[in-house]
Amino acid sequence: MTRDQLLCAYRRLRLLREFEERTRIEFQTGQIAGFTHLYAGMEAIAVGVCEHLTDEDKIISTHRGHGHCLAKGCDPVAMMKELWGSSEGLCGGKGGTMHIADFSRGMLGANAVVGAGAPIAVGAALAASITGASWVAVSFVGDGGTNIGSVYEAMNMAVVLRLPKIFVIEDNGWGEMTPIGNAAGNRDLAARAAAMGMPAVSVDGTDFFAVHTAAGVAISRARRGEGPSTIVASAPRFYGHHEGDPQLYRSREEVAELRRKDDCLPRFIERVTATGDVTMEDLGIIDADIARLMDSAVEQSKAAPRPTADDVLQHVYIRYR
Amino acid sequence: MTIKSMRDALNEALHHEFARDPRVFLIGEDVGGFEKDGQPVEIGGVFGVSKGLYRSYGRKRVIDSPISEAAIIGAASGAALCGLRPIAEIMFADLTAVCFDQIVNQIAKFRYMFGGQCACPVVIRMTTGGGRNAGAQHSQTFYPIFTSFPGLKVVVPSNAYDAKGLLITAIRDQDPVLFFEPKVLYTEKCEVPDEAYSIPFGEAAMPREGEDVTIVAFGQAVNWSIQAADELRQAHGIRCDVIDPRTPSPLDEETILESVAATGRLVVVDESPPRCGLTADIAALVADKAFRYLKAPIKAVTAPHTPVPQARELERAYLPNPRRIIAAVEEVLR
Ligand SMILES: Cc1ncc(C[n+]2csc(CCOP(=O)(O)OP(=O)(O)O)c2C)c(N)n1
Repeated sequence: MTRDQLLCAYRRLRLLREFEERTRIEFQTGQIAGFTHLYAGMEAIAVGVCEHLTDEDKIISTHRGHGHCLAKGCDPVAMMKELWGSSEGLCGGKGGTMHIADFSRGMLGANAVVGAGAPIAVGAALAASITGASWVAVSFVGDGGTNIGSVYEAMNMAVVLRLPKIFVIEDNGWGEMTPIGNAAGNRDLAARAAAMGMPAVSVDGTDFFAVHTAAGVAISRARRGEGPSTIVASAPRFYGHHEGDPQLYRSREEVAELRRKDDCLPRFIERVTATGDVTMEDLGIIDADIARLMDSAVEQSKAAPRPTADDVLQHVYIRYR
Repeated sequence: MTIKSMRDALNEALHHEFARDPRVFLIGEDVGGFEKDGQPVEIGGVFGVSKGLYRSYGRKRVIDSPISEAAIIGAASGAALCGLRPIAEIMFADLTAVCFDQIVNQIAKFRYMFGGQCACPVVIRMTTGGGRNAGAQHSQTFYPIFTSFPGLKVVVPSNAYDAKGLLITAIRDQDPVLFFEPKVLYTEKCEVPDEAYSIPFGEAAMPREGEDVTIVAFGQAVNWSIQAADELRQAHGIRCDVIDPRTPSPLDEETILESVAATGRLVVVDESPPRCGLTADIAALVADKAFRYLKAPIKAVTAPHTPVPQARELERAYLPNPRRIIAAVEEVLR
């Protein structure tokens, strides 16, 4: 990767992290409503995959979607406004934290029904295959979500139709409060995907470069018309399942340990600064930029217009009668 | 008799029935717990309704399921066909869409289709409704849809006392029961007896009585209707019957028709969208069987024909409220 690419990747990783840290604070002060699921800890997965994608390429995300949206290029200010429920939010306040979308960026929506994105993204890949368009489609599904039957229907169909589709399984070890080991008969999630007849690899999701390399292989293969792949990337979830989750099922020490040992950001920094191409000063400038951006996003969200009762009736249909 | 939240009242009902009937078991996502380093870690449901069950009964009877709704309902119904008393929990009513076939083509039909040979005494518990800014896919009611299916019974409690008695009835019932728990009411409290008691299905409650207007409401709309009725009485001396059918299926038609025969005026309230819903259903019932008593057109207070929006202002504008119910009552009195 070039120096510019590395700086770009770092900017995104930092943006994803700070967006969630800030969201957490604003949630705690009561500014943000709804079941809010933070992506902190898992940033290298979304960024590692989406750095390969253009606005033409399509992704579908989950209830834990802020990171995927940012990685795919959604405007952080418009996203923050959506969390605030402003009429200037990306979905005009209709969607909120679990349903951010920006079709102009190929971000076809965060989806709060676990597993639902996988078959929809198959459709996005199918559209490319039918029309000859060059885009690929990526669905993000959690480890818990791999127990939804339609995920396997989607995988099988993508294989049968040889679609330009990448299934990214984000393995943070938990489905809400239940450990994946208690919920998956075969803990090897890549093996489950491979059984559907496609290449499937497991990577360390806290290692940006590992994710980036695996995603590069899968995406090139899809672009060449050779069909779908699955990437299982494991990374910790630093916060509770959703904000307000007291996390009685895991200890504080355990979480602190994850932060200490499995944080994708220090790992990235260590690696890129070791070669001397990128310095701590370079990164410090980005950090300061992002900090300012977050302050500004929050300030703008506070001042942003609120939706009105009439807005409830807009966007149900394009034309009803 | 103590004051308890709906969450605790439901939890007591589960404990009573687990203790009473060894055939009862619970299956759902995060309902139980797990062992870690030989120690039990209890989860007890994401809303805490099944607290303590895992500790008392272990994972044979309190089963943490994978996130696999179709398999949860299929497993519950198969076990019910083989003589057990499953309680299945679907975290949000919206997610029954993922296992709709298992509920409406399978469970609802078994007894009839197989000529009365079998029973399928499953209880499916789920949270329902808006009020928590959970957005379009986690705020729907869905109980009107299921009410339309013969073979299913449908329960929507509006307070902690009813919730406990109705859940006990549901678990003891021989037929499939869909039990909808309005998520905003989990923390609402009232007096709830410590012992087990059951409330029969098909018997409406009448939390307020009055001769001027009949209000029929479901779930959290019952509470808005009670507030509206109290305000109308205090401010204007207008007296309303507030009827909470409690079980949309079977429906207590008699109580509704008798009330309308006395008042001649009907307001129906539900937080679901207006089409093919319970308000339309009750209005049709009264138009069909009590038209001659009506002194004014029937008014419905519902959500609009839109998905549930997420932002605070939008959801507030979407959901019915006491003010809109008062306006409807005033209109039928005009
Ligand atoms: C079909 C469906 N079932 C249940 C839920 C409730 N729910 C929301 S998130 C979640 C856990 C998902 O776990 P996983 O897929 O591993 O994603 P993670 O939260 O760990 O990112 C559950 C059970 C849902 N939204 N949709």
